[in-house]
Amino acid sequence: MPKVKMPRKSTNIDMTAMCDVAFLLLTFFMLATKFKPDEPVTVVTPSSINTTLLPDSDVLLFTVDKDGRVFFSMDGQPKRRKLIEDLNTQYKLGLDEKEMKNFVVGASVGAQIKDLKQYLSLSEEQRKTAGLDKGIPTDSANGELGAWIDYGNAAQGTNLNKVKYCIKADNQTPYPKIKEILDTFKKKKIQKLNLVTNLEEAPKGTAAWEEQQAGGKKK
Amino acid sequence: MAEMDTSSSGGKGKKHGGTKSKKQSTRVDMTPMVDLGFLLITFFMLTTTMSKPKTMDLIMPKDTENEKDQNKVKESTALTILLGKDNRVYYYEGLAQDPNASANPDFFKATSFANTGGIRDEIIKKRDEVAKLRNAKGEPEDVVVIIKADDQANYKNFVDILDEMAINRIQRYATVDISDQDKKWIQSTEAANGVSTTPTPPAK
Repeated sequence: MPKVKMPRKSTNIDMTAMCDVAFLLLTFFMLATKFKPDEPVTVVTPSSINTTLLPDSDVLLFTVDKDGRVFFSMDGQPKRRKLIEDLNTQYKLGLDEKEMKNFVVGASVGAQIKDLKQYLSLSEEQRKTAGLDKGIPTDSANGELGAWIDYGNAAQGTNLNKVKYCIKADNQTPYPKIKEILDTFKKKKIQKLNLVTNLEEAPKGTAAWEEQQAGGKKK
Repeated sequence: MAEMDTSSSGGKGKKHGGTKSKKQSTRVDMTPMVDLGFLLITFFMLTTTMSKPKTMDLIMPKDTENEKDQNKVKESTALTILLGKDNRVYYYEGLAQDPNASANPDFFKATSFANTGGIRDEIIKKRDEVAKLRNAKGEPEDVVVIIKADDQANYKNFVDILDEMAINRIQRYATVDISDQDKKWIQSTEAANGVSTTPTPPAK
């Protein structure tokens, strides 16, 4: 075959535009990703077949570690501010602005209310070394957990009925501790709770599995 | 790709046949950069969706002081599950209100959370058995599972058993405080089984 004069087109494409798009998306996802807030303790949650998502807002989260220490956290900085101000006036803690700020921007807290001033004046690492991460007492005699629930509720303002009470406990948490917490909620007439779990597949051949299969086919 | 680049530039050079000095292109090959970009995007996309924790709804019953308001559970429709230490599960049919019930050696049985031959099979068996029964109105009965956790049980056991309820679509279940009688049974069963960590297979 004689050589046809074919204009040799370069196989190079201009990648600049594609690169732009890629990095735009990258930036978006990086900024949109909400990093897990620092938690004072590591908690390995058990898994269940439930697929309900943990809501992002209006949540009172009670973290329970494997030794049964309870930590409280809540979303929304204005709400947290209201909570700590209420606590401050009610319990005459004498917190200064810096300590309150520490609570507002901080993660979970787990200390007796009388220790809060010292607790909040320290940084997170210092708390660990000072042994202040004792958790909120849950026993029925001086159930400060109940107080936290009350103040958490009070800080929610108008959308109180939207609030979810989540319990995030470790696999190894002893059951009596869980029972104490559940009893505290019961006393507060809170019946609807959420347990934070990981997702796992429904085992084959069970009722839930069959339902999922049937549901999948319909879609 | 790299080969193509050289051939095309080489071709050009031959056509002109002139100077041998290569004209350096100002273009940079963006391909690896785009690759990297998309790799990172994929990473962020996957991590954002996967780290979402799920929740399990738990609706606690109201405290009823009035005896009349409390639901009565029939002996025939009940299955009692006990959670012991080291992920052990014990169960018996009925409510064990009859103190002589334990006279039957097959009454109190031990099992595990295993996928096959574990507590799930027992729940399914009991559920199907009870579904055959008819109540006074002639409707099928619902099985009622009574969950009692021992002090030695941990949170994982508790969630696992609640999960079994969801898996097997048990509509009616209750968590009840463990009784001294149940504790005694657990202890005697543990003693009988020695300190073996492997739970005995359920007696069929």
